[in-house]
Amino acid sequence: MKFIESFTIALRSLFANKLRSSLTMLGIIIGVSAVIAIMAGGRGMENYVTSTLEDMGTDILYVTPSNPNAPGAAAMAPGYATATLTLDDAEAIARIPSVLGVAPTNENFVELTFGDETLASVIEGTTPEFKDLGYDIASGQFITERNVASRDMVAVLGSETAKKLFSDEDPLGQKIKINEKRFTVVGVLSSKGGAMFGFSLDEIVAVPITTYQTRLFPQRTPGGEDAVQSIGVIVSGPEAMDNVTADIETTLRNRHRIDEDEKDDFTIVSMEQMIGAFSDITGVVSIFLAAIASIGLLVASIGIMNIMLVSVTERTREIGIRKAVGAKRRDILLQFLLEAATLSLIGGGAGIAFGWALSLVISIIATLAGFPLQATLSPLHVIIAVGVSVFIGLASGIYPAMRAARLNPIDALHYE
Amino acid sequence: MIELENITKIYRMGKVEVPALRGITLDIKQGEMVAIIGASGSGKSTLMNIVGFLDKPTLGRYLFDGADVSRLSDNQLAVMRNKKVGFVFQTYNLLPRASALSNVDLPLIYGGGGQKRKRAMESLERVGLATRAKHKPTELSGGEQQRVAIARALVNNPALILADEPTGNLDSASTAEIISIFRQLNQDGITVVMVTHEMDIAEQTQRIIRLLDGKVISDEKVA
Repeated sequence: MKFIESFTIALRSLFANKLRSSLTMLGIIIGVSAVIAIMAGGRGMENYVTSTLEDMGTDILYVTPSNPNAPGAAAMAPGYATATLTLDDAEAIARIPSVLGVAPTNENFVELTFGDETLASVIEGTTPEFKDLGYDIASGQFITERNVASRDMVAVLGSETAKKLFSDEDPLGQKIKINEKRFTVVGVLSSKGGAMFGFSLDEIVAVPITTYQTRLFPQRTPGGEDAVQSIGVIVSGPEAMDNVTADIETTLRNRHRIDEDEKDDFTIVSMEQMIGAFSDITGVVSIFLAAIASIGLLVASIGIMNIMLVSVTERTREIGIRKAVGAKRRDILLQFLLEAATLSLIGGGAGIAFGWALSLVISIIATLAGFPLQATLSPLHVIIAVGVSVFIGLASGIYPAMRAARLNPIDALHYE
Repeated sequence: MIELENITKIYRMGKVEVPALRGITLDIKQGEMVAIIGASGSGKSTLMNIVGFLDKPTLGRYLFDGADVSRLSDNQLAVMRNKKVGFVFQTYNLLPRASALSNVDLPLIYGGGGQKRKRAMESLERVGLATRAKHKPTELSGGEQQRVAIARALVNNPALILADEPTGNLDSASTAEIISIFRQLNQDGITVVMVTHEMDIAEQTQRIIRLLDGKVISDEKVA
């Protein structure tokens, strides 16, 4: 018997029981669409995080303090890391060849006040080079070397911060309070887009790092100097990354007097590494979620097996007739297997379409909520989903099909 | 064509052994038209099932066209059912959702070979039902359904037609029609073996074999 004919028989019998077939398919549709929506959404999230990080600039290295005695990634955790970097370290790094600039930065959460308006914001204590990390000035000016040298009480607002605090008023020259201390607004940044952990990169306020260190959040290194949380290093290009990384390491080890057998008290991370780490995390999370969603597929496959068993019992007489006119065991086996596989294949196809639609809806909702997420369905996901559907059909169809194939023709013919 | 030697069939019902056939020895020649009669429980249907390759004897030897077929595998029996015999049942045994034509070409699906539609149509023409090819069994009378079943039995051009009480569910007019079809097929050279419990039908064949309790008690030519 030819495959095409078995397939036709299977389709015909599925059509003969439309309601039952579609209810059975519903299980597969729900299972597959859940998995597809999660994988597409996960891929979208990964792309979103990656592009956000890329917005921050890919030719940038970040140097942060780390605790040489702490294990693994815990060394970089704020609680573990002692303050080890200083503005002098930043200047030393700035002298390394291929380094275009350094932006030492201290960061914290603050409360901004202007008149009756209060706003929670992220403060960046930094130097003029900060704007080389991808910011432009919309009006006024950025923090100057002179501001840094004389610890001026001046602030530059991110575009969102300015909008929220001042609405339509011109912020330039206005006095605002940062954690109850008065600052003069000297400039506003233009919009950069992107966000980190829900905080828009435009919702910041920048002040001179020296002012930050002395007036807002004093913190000292073990040597008694003012501490720097991180140093952004702008490198001339990707090809110089490795050399610069090595030079920074040598420079800082010398300056911090670290013996050869001791570990660094700082960590150098490139944006590429951060992107890689985030991709890994989102990848693991979406695989984990997809694994949970595939419990739905397991339930669906039990449903298929159940229906196929009912179908075999109901059609015992048909099986008897087919055997009486010459159907072999494998003909009957093939017929019922194909029926189960077709059922789940069609269900899987519909599930892919439905899951894709679902993930588009999720993207739209996420975008409206401020996360410009774009769900992405890769061909690999589709192939996996189709393969899994067919496998489920075959796996849950094999036992009922074997029962059908084993029926004795005489008993089957006399079955009422 | 059919040589049965001491065919015995014992069914096991739990621990009880029920003998259905107790040593049947028979010879049916090519071109014969034979009736098998007997009370219910006499073993007629069991005998037909064994002759028609639906069942295997517990003991004894079955030669079909000189070849021993009593120890064939299930798959080999399926091929024999498909190619060598056409079976006609009392209850027609048609697929209820398939058209007459699809019912007739069913053996061709499992037997292979080309021109399925054409051969199925020819078979329907042979029983005078070409105009009903698209009808489902439920749209046909009992006599017509049985003619579809005969067309299905004929579609692979078998040398032997086995009919198990083919007129048991039919009125007298349809019965006469069916019997005349069998007689025509027999004149065309096909061997016909028919189980019945109606003497007047048995008398329209050439030879009557009478069974009782799984044994042949008489075997005589019709005058």
